[in-house]
Amino acid sequence: MEIINFTPYSALTGGALIGLSAAILLLFKGRIAGVSGIAGGVILPEKEDIPWRIVFLIGLVLGGLLYQLLGISPGVESIQPVTGKLGLVLAGLLVGIGSALGTGCTSGHGICGLARRSLRSLVATLTFMLTAMITVFIVRHLLGSA
Amino acid sequence: MNLKSLLIALVSGLLFGLGLSVAQMIDPAKVVNFLDVTGRWDPSLAFVMAGALAVNILATPFILKRNKPVCDTLFRTPLKEQIDRRLIIGASLFGVGWGIAGYCPGPMITAVSFVSTDIMIVLVAYIVGTFFTRLWMRKQTNNQTEQERQVQSCIE
Repeated sequence: MEIINFTPYSALTGGALIGLSAAILLLFKGRIAGVSGIAGGVILPEKEDIPWRIVFLIGLVLGGLLYQLLGISPGVESIQPVTGKLGLVLAGLLVGIGSALGTGCTSGHGICGLARRSLRSLVATLTFMLTAMITVFIVRHLLGSA
Repeated sequence: MNLKSLLIALVSGLLFGLGLSVAQMIDPAKVVNFLDVTGRWDPSLAFVMAGALAVNILATPFILKRNKPVCDTLFRTPLKEQIDRRLIIGASLFGVGWGIAGYCPGPMITAVSFVSTDIMIVLVAYIVGTFFTRLWMRKQTNNQTEQERQVQSCIE
């Protein structure tokens, strides 16, 4: 194994900002900062609490814009997909189906759930980490697209 | 409409999107390099989770000690505790999708700020997948309660 492009400081700083965001949402609004859950309640609403969800999602995009305006380095200037258009469609569908069925994604289970010491979230996080790693192994090393 | 509550959602979303960007998690190559444990490995994503968890493991117990949130009537944290088949299947499928393109929902939506057709493709597919799965789950729940009602009436 070889370590590449490791950016521990920006990773920890970014992570702390995400943690702060989740703490603010829980403290003031009593909500979990799980992106798939927040987005799911807009895509097919269960209750009439849509406005705050839309505002949160707009905030995400504004956060990305603010980052580009600030020009923080080491920076991401453009985003190159790691797969073709068909791969993007398949990936998007699976991420949507999986996060709805598993009631959470990297943020809801991996950050908020683990912080609440939820066993369900621990199992979900270990499961998606494992299948994601197996998928990358198959795509990169067995099929050899990289 | 509670303006204060919307402002909190905006600030929280903005910090979240900024955090994901600063950590470069909006770059799918960086995510896939983390998942590539048998190849050239980039451990950064583990540090992002560690940074977020460090803040939340400290803050969450203090916050949940309160009777209610500052601007709302109750904490709406998930109540479900049991590990069922749906959780395992869902998390597994999610992982496969995450591994294929390196996008989970947070970075996917934040990356809309980098206007590109590729991001729109993955986002639309995500929305379609979420919509139909939630629709199916809603029907299942309705069927279940219908069955329960019938069983209940048989007992009575």
